[in-house]
Amino acid sequence: MLRFLRFSVVVIFLLDIAGLAPVARTYIEPSFAAVDGDIMYQWHRTDNDAEWKDFTVKYQGRDYCRDCHPDQYDRVTASKHTMIQCENCHGPAIEHPVNPQKLVIDNRRELCLRCHAKLPYRPAEYAELSTGPIPFKMKDPEEHNPGIECVNCHDVHNAGYKAF
Amino acid sequence: MKDKIMYETHNQTRREFLKLGAVTLVGGAIVTRLGIFDFLKPEAVAEITEGTGRRWGFVVDTTKCVGCGMCVQACKLENGVPFDSDVSRTWVERYIQKTDGEVIIDSPNLARDGFITNNPLGEQVPEEDIAKAFFVPKLCNHCDHPSCVKVCPVGATYKTTDGVVLVDREWCIGCGYCITNCPYGARFFHPILNVVDKCTFCYHRITKGMNSACVEACTFGARKIGDLNDPSSEVHKIVNTERVAVLRPHTHNEPQVFYIGLDHIVV
Repeated sequence: MLRFLRFSVVVIFLLDIAGLAPVARTYIEPSFAAVDGDIMYQWHRTDNDAEWKDFTVKYQGRDYCRDCHPDQYDRVTASKHTMIQCENCHGPAIEHPVNPQKLVIDNRRELCLRCHAKLPYRPAEYAELSTGPIPFKMKDPEEHNPGIECVNCHDVHNAGYKAF
Repeated sequence: MKDKIMYETHNQTRREFLKLGAVTLVGGAIVTRLGIFDFLKPEAVAEITEGTGRRWGFVVDTTKCVGCGMCVQACKLENGVPFDSDVSRTWVERYIQKTDGEVIIDSPNLARDGFITNNPLGEQVPEEDIAKAFFVPKLCNHCDHPSCVKVCPVGATYKTTDGVVLVDREWCIGCGYCITNCPYGARFFHPILNVVDKCTFCYHRITKGMNSACVEACTFGARKIGDLNDPSSEVHKIVNTERVAVLRPHTHNEPQVFYIGLDHIVV
C-alpha cells in the first residue's frame, strides 16, 4: 500500500511537471470520464451532473400557490392576466410559508409598466389567450395619472378596475 | 584506472536513473490512459445505454417578446445570480433601426427591470424616426460543438448526454478561457463564487419535468424549451416545420437555441 502511494505521488508529480496537471487530476478524481467516449466535449467529473440536478428549485409554479390561496388563483386564472405566474410579481416562493414567511407585494408603477408602458415597438394585440387575441393595453406613464400607484384603481388579480 | 572506475560508476548511475525514468514514464502513461478510458467503466457504460436520447433545445420567438424582462428577473432569482450585479445568465437586447440607417442596440441593466421607456442609451427616439425595432432575448446556446468546452484546461465544463453545457463549480479554476471563447458572450464570472457561471437551461428544473424559470416567467410565449428528439414536443415541431435561425452560424458551434424573427442587424 505504501509503495503504491509513493508510486502515485511520483506519477502525479511527474505529470504535473510535464505540464499535464489536468491529467494528473483525473488520476486523483475517480469520477472523471469521457462520457460516450467523447473526450472533446464530455470529459468531466461525472458526479457533477447529479450535483446540478440537485440545485434548489425556487420558483415553485402557481399550482404550489393554489394549495393555500385558491381564491386568488381562481380569480387570476379567470382573468386576462391568466398567463402571468404568481411568482412573476410576488417573487419566488422557495419554501413559503416557512422560508420566506411573507412574499413581496410590489405596488410600484414600474412593475406594471414592464408590460404596459407604451413603446412604439410593442405589438398592438396580445394573442396568447385561448379565447383569442385582445388589444394589448399600453399606457404612456407620463400622461396616465403620473405619480399614482396603478393598484389604487386597478385590481391586478382580475385585470380590471377595483370595486369601490 | 581511477578515472575508469569513476566513469563506470557514473555510467551505471545514469543507466539506473534512465531506467527509473523510463519505468515511471511508461507507468505514468498507463495510468493516464486508464484515466482517459474511464468511460469503459460499468457505470459509465450504463449511463450511455440507459440514456433517454434526449436533446434539450430552446426556441425564442422574438416576434412575441415585448421586453418586460420577467425572464431575466426569474433567472437571476432562481439561479442565485446576485440580483444587483451587472451579470446575468439571460438578458434581453433592444434593436432599433432608424430611418437614416443607424442601428441602436441596448440592454439597460440586462433588462432585469424590463424596458419601460423609449430612451435607448439615454436618447429619445421619436416614433417617426424608427424604421424597425424589436427585442431579442439571449441566453447560452448550449451548442452541439461548444467552443467554450474545448478550451477548458481542466475539464470543468462539459456537455451532458442530453445536450446541456454545464460548469463544474468545484473543478473550475477561474482561468476564464471559456468566457473569451464563447461567441455569444453567455459566460461570466460569478461575483460571489468566483467561478464561471452560465445558463444551465435550469437543469435542476427540466430534469424534474418543470420548465426553465425564464420559460415559466414569460407571459408572452416567446420562450420555449423541450426535447428536440421528441416529435411530440413543441420545440421539435417549431424547429422542424417553421423557418428558424441561429445566432452566428459562421462559428460552426451548432447552437441549439433557435430563433424566430431574427434580422441581419442582430449580433
